[in-house]
Amino acid sequence: MAYDVNGAIIEHDEEGYITTLSEWSTELADIIAVSESIEMGEEHWAVVNFLREYYEEYQIAPAVRVLIKAIKKSMGPDVGNNKYMYELFPYGPAKQACKIAGLPKPTGCV
Amino acid sequence: MSETVKKFLYVNRKAPYGTIYAQESLEVVLIGAAFDQDVSMAFLDDGVFQLTKGQDTKDAGLKNFSPTFRALGDYEVTKLYVEQESLDERGLTLDDLQDIQYEDEDDDYAEKSSIIVVSRSGMADVMADQDVVLSF
Repeated sequence: MAYDVNGAIIEHDEEGYITTLSEWSTELADIIAVSESIEMGEEHWAVVNFLREYYEEYQIAPAVRVLIKAIKKSMGPDVGNNKYMYELFPYGPAKQACKIAGLPKPTGCV
Repeated sequence: MSETVKKFLYVNRKAPYGTIYAQESLEVVLIGAAFDQDVSMAFLDDGVFQLTKGQDTKDAGLKNFSPTFRALGDYEVTKLYVEQESLDERGLTLDDLQDIQYEDEDDDYAEKSSIIVVSRSGMADVMADQDVVLSF
């Protein structure tokens, strides 16, 4: 199973998470987003970029609760709340946004 | 969430790499933190090596998970007990450990250290005070 980014083959697991984290690119993010039926807007990117920075610093993808709290702190309560985050990523902000961000599935996510 | 909050202590006694115990313990702590319990961690024996700074696992081909300890504050795990004698016996001091902090919501988000160095007898008191002690 793999994504095709302009001819480059990027392997992913059965749930769509890429297997080699360094193969991520913004083009790939757009392709994963399409497969998740998500149209990437400014707020989507903000969340994806936040997740990548969090992973870079702590080597884990944060749990939803931690993600929302951190987004609230950095981007304000209009974005950092459960309802809005689920509007952006209907199947779970941590789960879907991590997939688009090219990170492993968050710890504790089933 | 009306049930009583229990005190959970995760005891870490092993060096970070070589066995999977340290990484598994941290993973369980992060998962368990979602259940709104009072979670703390203890580091003794070779377990104190888990918190050392400047870990480099490149040549071992393993993931360096030590930065994840600094995320524990986000998960409201803010008490990391480190045994003084275990540090001494290994020639380590507090300066050899990572600076692990949390933001205290009750104190205007002031950054405070999560690391609490205790003596061996102090560690015994910490353990006696728990509802659940899990050893890794």
